Amino acid sequence: MTAPLLVFAYGNPSRGDDALGPLLLERLEALHLPQVELLTDFQLQVEHAIDLQGRERVLFIDASVSCPPPFAFSRLAPAKDRSFTSHAMSPNAVLQAYQELYGEAPPAWLLAVRGETFELGEPLSPAAAANLEAAFGSLQNFVSGWK
Amino acid sequence: MTFELETAAHPENLKRVVIEPVTRVEGHGKVTLLLDEDNRIHQARFHIVEFRGFEKFIQGRPYTEVPVLVQRLCGICPVSHHLAASKAMDMIIGATLTPSADKLRRLMHFGQILQSHALHFFYLASPDLLFGFDSGLATRNIVGVAAAYPEIARQGVALRKYGQEVIRLTAGKRIHGTGAIPGGVNKNLSVAERDFLLKDIDQIIAWSQGAVDLIRKVYCERPEFHNGFGYYRSSFMSLAREDGALDFYHGGLRARDEHGQDIFDHLDYSHYWDYVHEEVKPWSYMKFPFIRSRGREEGWYRVGPLARVNNCDFIPTPLAEAERRIFKAFDGGSATQATLAYHWTRMIEMLHCAEGIQELLHDDDLLGDDLLSQGERSLRGVGVIEAPRGTLIHHYRINEDEQIVRANLIVSTTHNNQAMNEAVRQVALQYLDGKELTEGLLNHIDVAIRAFDPCLSCATHALGKMPLEVELIDAEGKQIDRLARNSPGTCGA
Repeated sequence: MTAPLLVFAYGNPSRGDDALGPLLLERLEALHLPQVELLTDFQLQVEHAIDLQGRERVLFIDASVSCPPPFAFSRLAPAKDRSFTSHAMSPNAVLQAYQELYGEAPPAWLLAVRGETFELGEPLSPAAAANLEAAFGSLQNFVSGWK
Repeated sequence: MTFELETAAHPENLKRVVIEPVTRVEGHGKVTLLLDEDNRIHQARFHIVEFRGFEKFIQGRPYTEVPVLVQRLCGICPVSHHLAASKAMDMIIGATLTPSADKLRRLMHFGQILQSHALHFFYLASPDLLFGFDSGLATRNIVGVAAAYPEIARQGVALRKYGQEVIRLTAGKRIHGTGAIPGGVNKNLSVAERDFLLKDIDQIIAWSQGAVDLIRKVYCERPEFHNGFGYYRSSFMSLAREDGALDFYHGGLRARDEHGQDIFDHLDYSHYWDYVHEEVKPWSYMKFPFIRSRGREEGWYRVGPLARVNNCDFIPTPLAEAERRIFKAFDGGSATQATLAYHWTRMIEMLHCAEGIQELLHDDDLLGDDLLSQGERSLRGVGVIEAPRGTLIHHYRINEDEQIVRANLIVSTTHNNQAMNEAVRQVALQYLDGKELTEGLLNHIDVAIRAFDPCLSCATHALGKMPLEVELIDAEGKQIDRLARNSPGTCGA
């Protein structure tokens, strides 16, 4: 049976602070939450629209260089943005693709966690590690209080 | 040496147009054009502005970790790197794969190429092909395709998803799979997993055939345009099976010149450096490989679907072979050197993948337990496969402590570096030379690059890091126009 809540974190674990999403997902995984499915990938793509089918809510998690530190929650709306022209789509674009292909998309949010450095082989920066800690509490509240 | 339009004689007097980043490709690249006052083109270059540094990153790591670590090189083709690295590690431990291990890896590889080709055709290329190269930017994307051709868009998603299910079941996970390990694989396919994949394979083959029918129809409706767009002649390089068949997973190196004559054939790739050399140019981080025997000027070549379909003597599955024959015979063979024929041959390959998956799923070796082998150890390993975008070379040296001390990767897009630059120059001369530049005209450059499906490799994609900037600078160096956009969704001039 499809879990009603999907948490989808994306980022490359070997690219410094790009690992923020996958690392938060690992922390969440350890909680063994019921009715929550946790998925991760390097970047969002159009077929991830299929992963949204049958969900009551969706939360995307990504590293961000533009959100205010330490993190920001925002409600997502389907949008035909320029990421359609890329190998890596925005969550808004995935929702838009879902809507075009399958009908109304489930309610979705983005947890953007501030990152600073994204070089290959670099560990998480100290600032990003602090942001991760700050974001995890809010993330727990979101996934445990969504019903 | 330099090629025509590679370097202008007097760049100081020319205005500069920058297309950055090139869209619907993976990673970061840009195109620069130098034009005189009459908009005549004097220089056109496709630059790779990203420094990968992966070869350094991997040094000091135990060789057993490499097949997993290399997947983080790229978010688009991690399985290709996983398999190429695994083949190199097979050589290091002296393994000859068991039939089960060989077939499970081949199945994974078919899944990877199928999903990659589906993504490129349906999501990155089809907007240009279905709506036109200079159609409105607002519709020239997958959402435009979904609105105008919803069934095509749904099939594209389903094909990609199916390929990823093949990867998940053979590699163990959706991403960061560990299926291939030095000497073989660490899991077979269960009966339930095999039946899960078998359930939909007839539909996948039918949709793949439909995709070939679609591109053939689109291409043949305007043969002169599609043949002539960014046209030039070149050599091709690929792997080919011992009997000359198309083989994505293993074979000897085969290169044929622009007339179809052999430059070399059935070469053992473990000494690839005897035949292929990489030249460095100061304006790009990406090297320029060439075939040694032909020299820098004549030795560049193309890799990828067009090269493979041209180079092979036959495709060992019936539907794809029938399509290969149609392609080769089309208009007296006129499409075999065409830049846009990459799209046609890419779909023929996708059909072959679907057929290949079906054939393998009926082979009980996939359920076998004999998964590992090893033999006499070596300190050097070379693994070569045909990745979705072309020949992929992984080369490693280890020390006595079994740590990586040297790595060299020649990725498909690097092989195509000179070829992409040549396509950019041809298109610039054909469509932009002497014209007022518009977004639609500049997209012609993107279309030429996109035909190669280049993977400029990064997989870093943090929010707010996808700007596009086009600058028009006059002969005095003063900016006279600028268009910029930021992701997600904002655009300002």
